[in-house]
Amino acid sequence: MIPASFDYHCPSTLQEAFTLSQEFGEDAKYLSGGHSLIPMMKLRFSEPAHIIDISRIQGLKYIKEEDGILKIGAFTTEADLEFSDLCNDKYPILVDVSKLIGDPSVRNKATVGGNLAHGDAANDHPAVMLALKANIVAEGPGGTRNIPIAEFFRGLFETALGQNDILTEIQIPATKAGNGGAYNKIERKVGDYATSGVAVNLTVDTSDTVVDIGIGLTNVNPVPMRVSRAEEALKGNKLTQELIEKAGKIAGEDCSPTADLRGSEDYKRSITKELTIRTINKAWERAKASL
Amino acid sequence: MKKEVTINVNGTSYTEEVEPRLLLVHFIRENLELTGTHIGCDTSHCGACTILLNGDSVKSCTIFTVQADGAEIATVEGMMQDGKYHPLQESFKEYHGLQCGFCTPGMLMRAIDFLKHNPDPTEEEIRWGISSNLCRCTGYNNIVIAIEKAAEKMREVEVETVA
Repeated sequence: MIPASFDYHCPSTLQEAFTLSQEFGEDAKYLSGGHSLIPMMKLRFSEPAHIIDISRIQGLKYIKEEDGILKIGAFTTEADLEFSDLCNDKYPILVDVSKLIGDPSVRNKATVGGNLAHGDAANDHPAVMLALKANIVAEGPGGTRNIPIAEFFRGLFETALGQNDILTEIQIPATKAGNGGAYNKIERKVGDYATSGVAVNLTVDTSDTVVDIGIGLTNVNPVPMRVSRAEEALKGNKLTQELIEKAGKIAGEDCSPTADLRGSEDYKRSITKELTIRTINKAWERAKASL
Repeated sequence: MKKEVTINVNGTSYTEEVEPRLLLVHFIRENLELTGTHIGCDTSHCGACTILLNGDSVKSCTIFTVQADGAEIATVEGMMQDGKYHPLQESFKEYHGLQCGFCTPGMLMRAIDFLKHNPDPTEEEIRWGISSNLCRCTGYNNIVIAIEKAAEKMREVEVETVA
């Protein structure tokens, strides 16, 4: 499959990229790892006249803790997350998710920033970042903006990023004692989109009372969603299997899956419930281990 | 508008003018006539087009040639050194890690990158490690065995390869 013709631009600074984007407007698309955009171009679902390859802009590939925040540069690849010592030690939820994205070769190229900026509810990072209550840093010709993840996803393939904006960093509150997260998804085969996926980030105190919780869902809603009602049911309460079961039930009820080749609506609600129960338990296990 | 690229493939530097939309797999197969890298699904699923880009396994059907400007690439043609098979090639031959052979070049390139990260893998880790590559003949068992045996050999001897 041959994509439509385009002109290729390869800026070396953000400023050059913004200038090109302003010049070509809607005829241009930014390209990073390309593992969402290029398949769409090969199918000619997307035919941009100008490709602005931002992947050679230096300094946007890092995973570091700074001032109580975990900062992930937008060009960090999924494989970088998967093999990061910092993530393996302190942020296992990020290792869970990276290992379930695409396949090993795709992960060598696909970027975390791209996974979010694409705005696809079938992608896995949106649910994880919703659960982690992340902050998105976007830079554009007008300067830098901080966008809370709860305000980032606007609709189908639509985000809070403006036409010329580039997502540059993802900020996550640094993990602390009592905090644990987990991600899991059901997929028909490696590389498939999730039939359903659940991300949980949980903080408990020494008596197993929920201090804070975030639950995000993958591919069972038109827009990446947090299960606020389940979070409210858990917060401030002592964790029990009955309560976790209740949160799972709410997740199954509150999502809006559509029937497709991956299963019926009922089936997706059912596995969303079960996955939520399992993933809360996994996060709880990790949270307790950190106390 | 064509763009000039310089790409090092298996130790040889090539400079050519290419259309930006030219996929890397087509550049390798058609411009360089290195047809060991195969096109299978053409949708980044099957892994037949897997090459090493600056040491990392990637699917060359989902990368534009212009993105690889300045990069070092290794394809299956670069595995043999001084007329001798790479231990992975030797092992695929010895343990029947192939039948029709179509997936083999991609499978080999993927195995190089996998063993770089995990030189002493379990069977399950190998199965996950090659989950980017489809084989429709072998049922994978002999591929897994071949990679396991090659890993043993590679832990014993330093292997010289462009990858």
